[in-house]
Amino acid sequence: MTTRSDEADAPRAEVAVEIIGLNKWYGEFHVLRDINLKVARGERIVICGPSGGGKSTLLRCINRIEDWQAGRIVVDGIELTDNPEHIVAVRRDVGMVFQQFNLFPHLTVLENCTLAPIWVRRMPKQGAEALAMKFLERVKIPDQAQKYPARLSGGQQQRVAIARALCMNPNIMLFDEPTSALDPEMVKEVLDTMVELASDGITMLVVSHEMGFARQVADRIIFMDEGQIVEINEPKGFFDHPQHERTRLFLQQILR
Amino acid sequence: MAAMSDMPLVFLRQAPAARLPPPMARSGAFGWLRGNLFSSPANIALTLICLVLLAWAVPPLIRFLLIDAVWSGHDREACLASPANHEPGACWAFIRVWFSYFVYGFYPIAERWRVDLFFLALAFGIVWLLWLSAPRRDIGAVYFFLVLPILSLILLSGFPLIGLVSVPTTLWGGILVTIVVSTIGMVFSLPLGILLALGRRSRFPVVKMFSVTFIEFVRGVPLITVLFMASVMLPLFVPERFAPDKLVRALIGVAMFASAYMAEVVRGGLAAIPRGQFEAANALGLSYWRMMALVILPQALRVTLPNIVNTFIGLFKDTTLVFVVGIFDFLRTIEAARGDPNWASPITGVTGYAFAALVYFICCYGMSRYAQRVEARLARRSGRKER
Repeated sequence: MTTRSDEADAPRAEVAVEIIGLNKWYGEFHVLRDINLKVARGERIVICGPSGGGKSTLLRCINRIEDWQAGRIVVDGIELTDNPEHIVAVRRDVGMVFQQFNLFPHLTVLENCTLAPIWVRRMPKQGAEALAMKFLERVKIPDQAQKYPARLSGGQQQRVAIARALCMNPNIMLFDEPTSALDPEMVKEVLDTMVELASDGITMLVVSHEMGFARQVADRIIFMDEGQIVEINEPKGFFDHPQHERTRLFLQQILR
Repeated sequence: MAAMSDMPLVFLRQAPAARLPPPMARSGAFGWLRGNLFSSPANIALTLICLVLLAWAVPPLIRFLLIDAVWSGHDREACLASPANHEPGACWAFIRVWFSYFVYGFYPIAERWRVDLFFLALAFGIVWLLWLSAPRRDIGAVYFFLVLPILSLILLSGFPLIGLVSVPTTLWGGILVTIVVSTIGMVFSLPLGILLALGRRSRFPVVKMFSVTFIEFVRGVPLITVLFMASVMLPLFVPERFAPDKLVRALIGVAMFASAYMAEVVRGGLAAIPRGQFEAANALGLSYWRMMALVILPQALRVTLPNIVNTFIGLFKDTTLVFVVGIFDFLRTIEAARGDPNWASPITGVTGYAFAALVYFICCYGMSRYAQRVEARLARRSGRKER
C-alpha cells in the first residue's frame, strides 16, 4: 500500500488535502455523497451552505474525527487508513478549531496550549511554554495565560483554541464554524485573528457563514448542499455570478 | 400601538439613574437568623419543630454519654445500678479495659508495636497524599502505593529473617483489620473501577463483554455472597495448601465488590464529559490513554468525586461484613467483648455499640469533610461557582 503520494521525495506534498470519491452514511442517511476535492498547499478554502449539508462532517473527516465508508483522503501525502499511526501522523499535522471551542476546562490557558506539544511532540516543558506564549501573544491574550478557560469570554476562548492548535505547528488548519457560538461583538476579534493567520500562508479550510471573511480571505469558496459539493468558485465569481440555482438561492437568503 | 401611547417612541436619558443603597441588611447574626430560620411561616414552623426535637433528643444523650457515664472500674460492678448511681450511663470503663483488644484483636501483645508503627506509616502516607499542598506529592504517591504495602506486609505478617516473628492473620483483629480491609478495598477499587468503566465503553467487544459481565455479576449479588464465595468456594477448587490466606480471600472479595460499584460511578462521570472534549483531544493527536489520563479522567473523576467518596464511605462500613467468614473486624471484637461475663450488664452492649458508632462516624465524617474541601478547591480553580 502506498502511503505517500507522487511527490514523496519532496519535503511536503504540493497537494495539502486530496479527497477522492468520499461517501459517508449515518445509518440510512447518506450524509456525504461522492465528494472530490483537491486543496493546494497554502490555499484558503471557505465551505458554506445550509445546515445539515455535510460541511462539518466533511471537515471532520479530514483529521478522521469522523469515519467514512467509501473513498480516500490523503493529507500531506499521508493516506488516512485504519492504521492508527497514519491517523496520529495526520492529526499532528492538522490543527482544528471547533464551534464550541472545546478548551479543556480543568487546565489553564497555558496548559491547554502546552498539553499536546509536551505529550505528543515530546517537547520539554519550558520549550513548550515559550512556544505557547508566542502563539498566545499572536492571538493577543498573553496576559490570560494563567487563567482557567471558564474565566474568559467566548471570543478569548476561541482565540486560545486557535493558539492551542497552532502550538502543534500544523501545516493545515481546519475551522468548524469558529464564530457561530460567539456573541456578535466577539466575532470580529476571532475573524481578525484568522485573517492574520491566512496572510501567513498556512493551508486553511473554514466552514463558515461569514461571507465578508470568505470574500476577503478565500482563494476558493465551496458551496455544499445535501451532502454534495454543488459549486466551487473563486470569491468574485461565487458572489457576483453564482452558477448553480441552489447557490443563487442560498446567497439571496443570507446576503439580502 | 394604542397601548403604548403613554410611552414615547424615542427616549434619550438626560441624567444617570440614581444609585440606591441595597435593601435592609441581610448580614450579621440577626440578618442570618431572619433570612434563614424565620423567613416565612412555614420556615418558622420547621425551625420550631427542629428545636423541639433537639431539646427532646440531645439532653438525654449527653446525660447518658457524659454526665451519668461510668469512666473507671474493673468489672461489671462499676456499671450496675447502685445507691450512688441509680441509673448509670455509658460504661466507658468497659471500653477502657477492652480497648487494646478493639484495636489489635488477638495480635500478640509483645508484637503490637508493629501495628502501631503500621498505623503511623499509614497515617503519614495518607496525610502526604491527601494534603493538597504537601511537598513532592509524586514521591508521596510512590511511598503510598509501593513502599507502604511492602512495609506493611513485612511489619504485620512478620519476616523471621530480620527477627520479626510471623503473626498469622487469624490473630489480627479489631480496628487493624477494619483499616487493612477498607484501605486495600479503596486503593484497589478506584483503579480497577476506572479500568472496568473504560472497558465497558471499549470498542473491542471482548473487553466490553468482560467488563459488563464482571460489573453486572458482582453488583448483582450481595457482598456476603461474594465473601462466602471467595472464602468457602475457592478452597473447593484450589488445594488447601495453595489456597490464599483467609484474610487475603476476603480482601479479594471486598476489592472485587468495590471495583464493580466504582466502575459504575466512574462511568457516570465519563458520560458527563461532552463529546467535544474527546474530539479536541483526538484532534491534537493524543493517544487513547493520554487522552484519558490527561483530559477525560481528571474531569470525569472531579464531577463524580462526591459519588466516589460516597462509595468509599459505603465500603468502609461494609467491611464489617467480613465477620461472616470468621474475621474479627472492629465491630466483631466489640460483639465478642460484649459477651464477657465479667462485664455482663444491661448497658455494656449499648456502650459498645455507641463506641463503634462514634468511631465509624468520625472516620466517615472525616472522609466526607475532606471531599467537600477538595470539591470547593477544584470549583474555585476552574472558576465555577461554589455550591
